Amino acid sequence: MTGIREQPRASVSAGRPFKALYAGNASSVMQRGWLATRSTNWLVVVSGFFEPIFYLLSLGIGLGSLVGNVTAADGHDIPYAAFIAPGLLATAAMNGAIYDSTWNVFFKMRFAKLYEGMLSTSLGPLDVALGEIGLALARGALYALGFMVVMQVLGLNLSWWAIAALPAVLLVAFGFASFGMGITSYMTSFQQMDLINIVMLPMFLLSATFYPLSVYPEPVQWVIQALPLWQGVELIRGLTTGVVGVGLLWHVLYYLVMILLGLILTTRRLRALFLD
Amino acid sequence: MPGPVITATKLVKKYKDFAAVDGISFQVAPGESFGLLGPNGAGKSTTMRMVGAVSTRTSGDLEILGLDPNAFGPEIRSQLGVVPQTDNLDTELRVRENLMVYGRYFGLPRAAVAARASELLEFAQLADKAKAKVDDLSGGMKRRLTIARALINEPRILLLDEPTTGLDPQARHILWDRLFRLKEQGTTLVLTTHYMDEAEQLCDRLVVVDKGRIMAEGSPAALIREYSSREVLEVRFGSERNADAATRLAGIGDRIEVLPDRILVYSSDGEAELARITELGLHPITSLVRRSSLEDVFLRLTGRSLIE
Amino acid sequence: MTTVRARRFGAWYVAEHRLLVMRSYLQTIVISGLGNPLLYLYAMGVGLGSLVSSNMGAGAVDGVSYLTFVAPALLCSAALTTASEEFTYPVMLGFKWNPTFFGMNAAPISPGQIIDGLIIATTARVVVTSAVYYGFMQLFGAVPSAWGFATIVVATLTALAFGIPVMTYVATIEQDTGQIAMLMRFVLLPMTLFSGTFFPLTAMPVFLQWIGWISPLWHGVQLARVFAYGASEPAWLTVVHVVYMLALVTVCWAWSRRIAARRLNK
Repeated sequence: MTGIREQPRASVSAGRPFKALYAGNASSVMQRGWLATRSTNWLVVVSGFFEPIFYLLSLGIGLGSLVGNVTAADGHDIPYAAFIAPGLLATAAMNGAIYDSTWNVFFKMRFAKLYEGMLSTSLGPLDVALGEIGLALARGALYALGFMVVMQVLGLNLSWWAIAALPAVLLVAFGFASFGMGITSYMTSFQQMDLINIVMLPMFLLSATFYPLSVYPEPVQWVIQALPLWQGVELIRGLTTGVVGVGLLWHVLYYLVMILLGLILTTRRLRALFLD
Repeated sequence: MPGPVITATKLVKKYKDFAAVDGISFQVAPGESFGLLGPNGAGKSTTMRMVGAVSTRTSGDLEILGLDPNAFGPEIRSQLGVVPQTDNLDTELRVRENLMVYGRYFGLPRAAVAARASELLEFAQLADKAKAKVDDLSGGMKRRLTIARALINEPRILLLDEPTTGLDPQARHILWDRLFRLKEQGTTLVLTTHYMDEAEQLCDRLVVVDKGRIMAEGSPAALIREYSSREVLEVRFGSERNADAATRLAGIGDRIEVLPDRILVYSSDGEAELARITELGLHPITSLVRRSSLEDVFLRLTGRSLIE
Repeated sequence: MTTVRARRFGAWYVAEHRLLVMRSYLQTIVISGLGNPLLYLYAMGVGLGSLVSSNMGAGAVDGVSYLTFVAPALLCSAALTTASEEFTYPVMLGFKWNPTFFGMNAAPISPGQIIDGLIIATTARVVVTSAVYYGFMQLFGAVPSAWGFATIVVATLTALAFGIPVMTYVATIEQDTGQIAMLMRFVLLPMTLFSGTFFPLTAMPVFLQWIGWISPLWHGVQLARVFAYGASEPAWLTVVHVVYMLALVTVCWAWSRRIAARRLNK
């Protein structure tokens, strides 16, 4: 029509792929989540804090009386409660992140069509992913903080390194949340969503949460060491029990890779689902 | 004269082998009210999604506000208001919060959004429902809230996909009134519909779409003039005798369409045709003379009824 | 004629309907029905058991191996979890979200029969799940007593003694504000953890032991242990277990029927 609007488009769009995915406005998605939580189900959210505490009290005290002490990674004995507390903390991080990034997301994606609405604004898929994950992490951080206070009161933090367990918990939660959202995007029915629980439960029971890995035959150990929860449990246990070495960085690296892959997966899926 | 705000050239969208949109070209001028009229599955919604920069075209060219949606999705979307076919309001938030949060998605300052939200609640006649839960609103109210939400960023183009489908007649009229006001204020409207009355009320210009292609283009009046007669006579003989009667009506009117339940006679004078039918000794159970509508245009172009 | 049949067999029609619905999540039922016993018996019985026995020697918990001690508890707890699935969301669904119960009530099926039907269908699922679980217990060599098979009946009774009161409560919920999630968190979970399941109740401080005394799970687990490995306890206590659980079942069953009638014929 008019010649005015002719732009050197090729050169402009070369640097575009990232800007088309991310508008730098993930915080608006987090605000939305905070508002929604406040006005609907805050009691349920608060209650999530008690779940790991119940486990800790029951198993730490009751089972602890049967088990006695457990040998820590550096060879000296620690009370059973101090052994399982970091396991429960890592598990709580995983469960919180997974719940927020799977069931919650599934509902918003398939029924509420919430993301369809968000992505017809200037938000990009990465804004949505980071916003949702950010909210899950904020919630996870609160739980973790509460749990660590309880650990401190019960004398289960054996070292000052325990303070570093807090960011470690967030790292673990980030890893699970970024993957959870991507995987959920493939799910189309409640029956398929049940599969997530079917994967989570064995991970919870087997990842050296309740007893050291040495209980298993060697090949089983290898499989479990490949699982993300074991990596998280070991990282956090190292910090709260004060058995700290450079080796812990491998667990950190594991999670950094997991986060990166998870974000790529989630963003691609959101793009494919809502912007194709 | 300013250039068009939307230019689509040979636009194609394929899902695997199926072409939902199969080479559509059109332009929309600023301030114009432009409609896509067609039956369900014609490719209207797919076209709207491409114009809304949430669907990538398979081939062809598309320019929205001078930008290519493939590369400038967020920038384009920041200038659009979108009213999707099914309401996707945030049911976990209350009415006013829906507007506030949506405004924040555009990165607008909180104070600006707050002021705008109050204005829009007035506009949508929902001011007294500001604190209500979304689920407690009626269908018409939800629709108006969705439109208010789409206006939060003061969009240059408002996209409406089947804006009144599923609403009762009263709610439709309220909504049309609101949309008409927007049109008067100079907002560019692009809407899809399968209701001809809606297209006639709201559209300055429209394209008739079927099976992913454009069948005709023009203003409602021009389309009716071109593809139909001034009046239509509808006669019913009862479902058993319809086909038989139709054979005896040959030569009456400019043109005849035989539908399963009735016969349409196109003519400039419907009453005169009815008189001729009675002279032939045929006595329809019911008869009706009406003005031609877009429904007739669609029937003429595709041989099918718009609402099936 | 058909009305008379519906009046007589209504509960069975409702049960049949429930079982048909269960087919839609058959995949989950089968996987968890086979996976859960395998997983829990291995992780808790064998894995955790090796820690316990290295600390206290074999036969240190209640005179038997940890696996033998914990297996009946895992069985009862699994049965109870199954029942609480069936007695929460499906009940909420039928009364509120997708009110099929109102449709049934409009047909010649009485509210009481709807409750009976739900209980029949759930009992069927729990019995099958428990029998499978028991099979795995045998495979793990966790049941020394010849009377062990009776634990299937005990587990079912335990499941109903908890599940039916839950249904009674859920049937009264008019507005969903997350009560079921709260119930799971603040009743089901603590009960599972503090009812002498993973360790004898006496390992807890006295001020926490009351949870076990009022919990149907503790009564069920203790009774199951009597059958599974001949756990020794006074005869009167065994009678208390049975009476307590039966009382919960009958009282809450009748109560649920009344609530259903009130709600559906409002």
